[in-house]
Formats: sequence, C-alpha cells, structure tokens
Amino acid sequence: MSDRAPSPDRARLEVHGISKRFDATLALSDVSLDVRAGEIHALVGENGAGKSTLVKILAGVHVPDAGRILLDGREVHVPDPIAARALGIAVVHQEPRLFPDLSVAENVFLADPPRGRYGAISWREMRREADALFEQLDVRLDAGAAVRGLSMADQQLIEIAKALSVDARVLILDEPTASLSAHEVERLFTIVRRTRDRGVAVLFVSHRLDEVFALCDRATVFRDGKHVVTAPIADLTTADLVRFMVGRAVTLFPKAEAAIGEALLEVRDLSRTGAFRDVSFAVHAGEILGLAGLVGAGRTEIARVLFGIDAPSAGEIRLGGRPVHLGSPSAALRAGIAYVPEDRHRDGLVVDFSIADNITLPILPRLFPRLLVHRSAERTLARGYAERLRVRTTGVEQLVQALSGGNQQKVVIAKWLATNPRVLILDEPTRGIDIGAKVEVHRIVSDLAASGLGIIFISSDLPEVLAMSDRILVLHEGRIAAEVPRSEATEERVMFAATGQVAATLPVSAPATRTGAGGGDA
Amino acid sequence: MSEERAAVAAEQPAVPSALARRRAPLAALARWELLLLLIIVILTWAGTQISKYFLTGANFANLTSAVMEVAIMALPSTLIIIAAEIDLSVESMLGLSSAVLGFLWAAGVPLQLDIGIVLVVGALGGLLNGLLVARAGLPSLVVTLGTLALFRGLAQVILGTNAISSFPAWFTTFGFDSIPGTPVPWTLVVFAVLAAAFWYVTHATWVGRQIFAVGKNKDAARYSGVDVATLKTALFVVSGIIAALAGVILTARFSSARADNGTGLTLTVVTIVLLGGVDINGGKGTIPGVILAVFTIAALQNAMRLAGVSSEYQAVAIGLLLIVSVTAPYFARQARLVSDRVRGGRHPPATAVDPGEVIP
Ligand SMILES: Nc1ncnc2c1ncn2[C@@H]1O[C@H](COP(=O)(O)OP(=O)(O)OP(=O)(O)O)[C@@H](O)[C@H]1O
Ligand SMILES: [Mg+2]
Repeated sequence: MSDRAPSPDRARLEVHGISKRFDATLALSDVSLDVRAGEIHALVGENGAGKSTLVKILAGVHVPDAGRILLDGREVHVPDPIAARALGIAVVHQEPRLFPDLSVAENVFLADPPRGRYGAISWREMRREADALFEQLDVRLDAGAAVRGLSMADQQLIEIAKALSVDARVLILDEPTASLSAHEVERLFTIVRRTRDRGVAVLFVSHRLDEVFALCDRATVFRDGKHVVTAPIADLTTADLVRFMVGRAVTLFPKAEAAIGEALLEVRDLSRTGAFRDVSFAVHAGEILGLAGLVGAGRTEIARVLFGIDAPSAGEIRLGGRPVHLGSPSAALRAGIAYVPEDRHRDGLVVDFSIADNITLPILPRLFPRLLVHRSAERTLARGYAERLRVRTTGVEQLVQALSGGNQQKVVIAKWLATNPRVLILDEPTRGIDIGAKVEVHRIVSDLAASGLGIIFISSDLPEVLAMSDRILVLHEGRIAAEVPRSEATEERVMFAATGQVAATLPVSAPATRTGAGGGDA
Repeated sequence: MSEERAAVAAEQPAVPSALARRRAPLAALARWELLLLLIIVILTWAGTQISKYFLTGANFANLTSAVMEVAIMALPSTLIIIAAEIDLSVESMLGLSSAVLGFLWAAGVPLQLDIGIVLVVGALGGLLNGLLVARAGLPSLVVTLGTLALFRGLAQVILGTNAISSFPAWFTTFGFDSIPGTPVPWTLVVFAVLAAAFWYVTHATWVGRQIFAVGKNKDAARYSGVDVATLKTALFVVSGIIAALAGVILTARFSSARADNGTGLTLTVVTIVLLGGVDINGGKGTIPGVILAVFTIAALQNAMRLAGVSSEYQAVAIGLLLIVSVTAPYFARQARLVSDRVRGGRHPPATAVDPGEVIP
C-alpha cells in the first residue's frame, strides 16, 4: 500500500476547518481532527453533535460546505463513496444499509467482488472469503443466506466484515458495537487492534465510554457541531469525557425501588420452533425484568411473540391472569403491550414521516375516534413527548430521517410511551443514544415501573441490564439458563449463564427457574 | 455561558426551518399540479384551434362523460398504489359487472336490484383480490393479472357475445345526459361526490395516514398496530365495488351490456394515477393531483378525437404518457441529486447506501 513504513506519529488523516449545514441545522462548525497511522482515535459527543456527519463526509456521502481533508499530508477530495473506497477509506456506518434480497456474501463484496478468469465474478471465491472474514470475527453467519430478516447484530457484523474486506488506510467505525454483546465486542476489538498494529488509522465512534477507554489511544469530543478537545486517553477520566460532551457532570441514575405488585404478563412453557423453547416467566406490576444473553440467544424472538408479530408453536400467554391470543401487533397494542423494536429503521420508524406523524401512528384510532385528524392536537401531543425525551430537533414537523441516530431512537421510545401501555417491552432501547439521554431513558423506565407498569428490558449492554433490572433472565440458545435476582446479579454470573456454563457452576437451573416463575403467582 | 449560547443557537433557526419543512413537500406537489394545470390550459387552447366546437358545453359534457368510468376507478387505484400494491383487474370487473347487469335485466330482475347485486359481485371480486394479496401474501401484480383474465372469462361465460340493450329511459338518461340546463353530466356528479370522499379519507383522516405509512414502510406500520392485511383487503374491496359501479355507468352510457365492455381501460386508469403524481413505488401521491390528471387525459383524448387522430394513435399517446409519468419523477430526482452534488449537497445521495432504490 504505502512504500514507507508508517511512523506512529505521522497524521494519516487530517481534517481542517470542516463545516456542514443542513437547512437550518449547523451540523459541523469549523472542526479539525487528525488520526495518526497506527492509532485508534475515539470520537465522542452527544446525539446530534455531528459525529456521523463527519463520518459521512469522509465516506463521500456528504460534501462539506467548507474545509480540507488530507490523507498522508496530501489534500484529497471525496465526492462520492466510490472515491472514498479508492482512497482506502473503509467505513462502517451507524445504520446498516444492506440489500435485503442479496446474500450475505454478496453484500460484503458488493462494490468489489472477487473476479475469476475473464473478469467474471467468482462466486465460490466470494463465499470462501466471506467465510474467512466471519471466522476472524468468530461469528456463525451463513454467507449464502439472504440478508432479509437478520438481526441488528448480524447486520452490523456484515457491515464490519464489509469494511474489513477492503485493504484500508483509514478505518472508520460509527457505533459498530451498538447492538453487539460483550463476546462479539471483544472479537471486534481484537481485530481492530490488529488492524491498528498494521499501521491503519482507526476512527472509532461510540457512546459506550468503557469501550473508548478499553480500545482507544486518543479521544476527540464534539459538542453542538464544534470541536471541544482532543487528548490522549490516558490523560482523561470518564467524568472528564462526560463533562466535555454534555457541558456538565452527569450522575448515573440510581434505579428507584418500586413496590412489586401482581403479575401482569405470564408466560408458560412458551416455545417457537427454531427460536426458543419452554420459556416460563412472569412480569409484575412495578417490575423491570431484564433479559440477557448473547446475540442470537432468543431475546428478540420472545419479544416478537409477546407482541403478536410471530406466533408461538406451543405454550400459553396470560394477561392479568387470563389466557390471551395475541394474533397481531394491533391485538397486543389493544391488550396494553408496547414493543420498542431493536431495528429502528426497519420496524420502528417511517423515516420519511415527520416526528409527530411517527409518534401518533399507533394511537391515531384512539386519539381520533371520529377519523378526522386534528393536526394541532396531534402536534401538541407529539411535542410533549419529544420534549420529555429531549429530542434534538427543529420541530415535530421535521422528518425523522433528518435526525441523528440517537434522536431517532428517542422518537421510537416516545412513540411507544404515547400508547400508555401496561407492559412495555424495550429491545435495546439505549442503542446509540448518548450518556445524557441514556440516563434520561433509565429515569423514564424507572418512573414507568414505579407507576405500576411491567417492563421487559432487553439489552446487550450488560452493566445497564444489571443496573436497571429487578430480576434478570439469562437466555442461552433459546432456553432460560438462569434467573438472577437483583441482589445476586453480577457480570460474571450473567456471563457464565449466557455462555452456557451455568449448570456446572451454579445451583440455579431450569427447575429452579420454574419455581421462581411459579413463586411469582403466589 | 457556553450552554446558554448552545441553547440560543438551537432556538434561533427553529422557526424558519420548521416552516420551510412544512412547505417543502407541499411546494413540490403544487409544482406538479401546476404543471398539470398548464397542460390542461395548453390542451384547451389546442382544442379551440382544432375545432370551434371544443369549448362548447356540449363538448364539455362529451369530454368528461367519456372518461368518468376510468376517473372513478382511478380513485381507489390511487390508494392501492400509495399502499404499494396495484389492481390490474378493474377493467375486467367492469366487464363482469356489465355482463351480470345485462344478464339479470334480460332475465326480468328489476334494474335497481340488479345494480345492488352487481355491486356485491364487485365487492366479492375485490375480496378475492384482497385475500390473495393481503392474507396469502402473493404479489398483487400477479394476483390481479390472474383475476384480470378470470373476471373477463366469467363475463363471457355469462353473456357470451350477446349485447343486452333496451334499458329503461331513466337509466340511459343517467348515463348519457346532463343535469338539465347545465353542461354537467350526471356521471360527473357521481365522480365529484366520490372524489370528495376519497380526498377527505386520504388527506384528512388517519385511515389515509395509515395507507401512506403502509406504502412507505409496511413493517413499521405493522409494528405500530396498523392492521396492514385488513387495510389492504378493504382497499381491494372498495376498488372492486367502484369498478362494478363503473360497469353500471358504462352500460348506461352505451345503453348496452356486453362482456367485452371496458377492455383496455386498466392502462388508462394506471396512467391517470401516475400522471397525477402518485409514486409507483408507493407512499406518495395526492387525490387532487389525480383529479387534475383525469381532466388532462379527458382533454387530450377529446382533442385527439376532434383532430381525427385514429384510436390506434390515441393508444400510442396514452402509452407514451404512461412512460413519461413513470420516468419524469425519476429524472427529476436524478437532476436534483446532481445539482445538489454540485452545490455541495443537501440530500444524502441514493448511492449504494440506499437499499430501496438501486437493486438491479
Ligand atoms: N440529512 C440531514 N438533513 C438535515 N439535518 C441533518 C441531516 N443529517 C444530520 N442532520 C442534523 O445534523 C446534526 C448532527 O447529526 P449527526 O448525525 O452527525 O449526529 P451524531 O453526532 O452522529 O449523533 P448520534 O450520536 O445521535 O448518532 C443533527 O442535529 C441532525 O439533526
Ligand atoms: Mg451518529
């Protein structure tokens, strides 16, 4: 690639004085940054701070209004993604954008498929190289399968494989770990470190500050589109970073103790072929029930059945003591169940609807029983939720696609809060949202529980599950591997169960679980 | 202090931007509709050049009543296309309706009852389409291509090559005449009432909102509690009923019930909808646009007829118009992207990062 060995102190990528405006929003204002060869550089900041905008400029998706980009000291122009590739800039975007009808391997090698003789695409070579990439990442993904229907985590892993397939000079990762669990994150980090050691400049965007400290060499903070600070990670503490990001100190929200009431939602021996088996548990009023497990352990699949999206193959669901049949999301919604899905772009939002239209979509029939939509009433209601969740926007009439990723997530949560549910299922609710907003979501969830809702909390962020849950169900390969009460919940214990080692080391096993769920009835 | 500055910065642009956003889609739309209006004006001018007769009340009645069947069928088709489906079977449902009407009338069943039965037949045909599309999950293009053949076949089974005429005077008057003292055909009144109803439902009620949501992202709509299958089924049922009503109107206008009535009209219906600015990929469109497209097509057909253009060439013109309506928005978008690129870009480009658009 390069004829000279990269010296660790030379800036491989420099941006100078970059500005970018979208209509009225000044997304970036005169920011500068440099990433050295052989360095992992963290880029952090609140939702809407302009991180993804910079990433997209470097990827050739957006053209900056002002500023210069230098690669190895030479000024370059990145008018489109093809140019970015040609310059050796590989990017994992925040929202996976894959072609659902193409296979996994085709998605990975879309831009530059391996060629055989006579220039024809070599399908066998493509499958082989894709398999090799997934092997590196230690993920089990069928390279020949279609992408449609894959989980968020799998989609993200495909995007990562796509970026790694390029022999890059600069690797940019925009919140690559947001839906990955600890195991996949560890694998990814190993690979990223190896990439760095090869002399590649790595820019790493994340809201998980522990990852920033574990992985990065230097960090840059953006706030409101402006550069705040760049410093070696060794000179920073978490509190420093948060203060630079938010402009004030943020204390983690301590979960409020809530009185736990009667069982709202009970599940008995619930199964869905190919997804999970013999799952039994109950969620009580005032309770936050955490669902932990590795990617693919069956957490989302259970949530989908509870929300009427998929049908169970066996078992029973009871609401308020009575068995119910949840044939569709609208039935579940009427029964008082709400579900914040993990894939906000596919399932959570109509991105070219306004914020207001998205927030009211599930409650329109309830809000306007006489069919006619009153726009002002609708907007007022939406504004209330948007403000409560501190969505950063120019107004609720703004299209959702113009929001930053984290702010889109807040709109999804707002939308489900507006349905006023009795049981709220949250699937990765804090995926991609900043620390301030995360604390805010935690506070809201805790308040909701305190007001008597039953909450099922699914998250790949283990510290978050531990902090929020009254009780944690750990899933392993579609079965409940352990049930851990709050008082006994530790990271080790949950991780052990999640990786299937629980039966050997801990007394809690399947029969105990059933007693636990039965105990809930009494 | 810096926090305060940030707050001010966030506040200041809020108002103009919100306004701009609210106006933006409207503006784009108004531009399209203005274009249609302009075309109508040009066609009217051309019409007067071709024949003095063009701007007379009698010709207005002629011109409008000639397209009222396709006009009313375009209304439900608009909603179906916004919901990202299509109904190709409407012309055959029109034929089936005409055949059943003639058959029952010839068998001595009172005409009012016949009309009721025919509308039920339309509903059942639409239900068949709807169940196959929304419940069985088959592509509507294929399903309604099948029922296009099926309904026409049934019509021929029922009536063969017979033509039933001798309908009562009130019926043919309704199909052919205008409100006394005005150049407004009775059938235009039917269209006006239906158009108003569809306008209201589409743009003022949450049913309309749900239809747009389904067309833009059916998964997100389903997750939001929209009963996608029921909604789509209902749309096909309404489309069937309206196509049957169109069959009644056409039978009255020609005062003749035949199994081959309405052959080829689906093409015109789809052309009207797309010319009206509805996106063939779903999620975008307006009823006012489609209403303007109805009159554009009516004026065009009438002008061509007055100029003595043969029906073959008229078909060629409609075909060309269809192609132009489908491709114009695409080229407009490309042009916008290119100009944005040059100016430093507002919209993220639809390059390889946008799955919806580029799949070969
Ligand atoms: N295409 C667009 N049109 C209009 N505004 C946009 C567009 N893309 C981004 N913005 C605005 O620019 C600002 C910065 O957005 P950006 O996506 O860069 O934030 P971010 O730092 O990546 O946030 P997050 O952590 O939530 O992903 C936001 O206020 C956002 O609303
Ligand atoms: Mg972002």
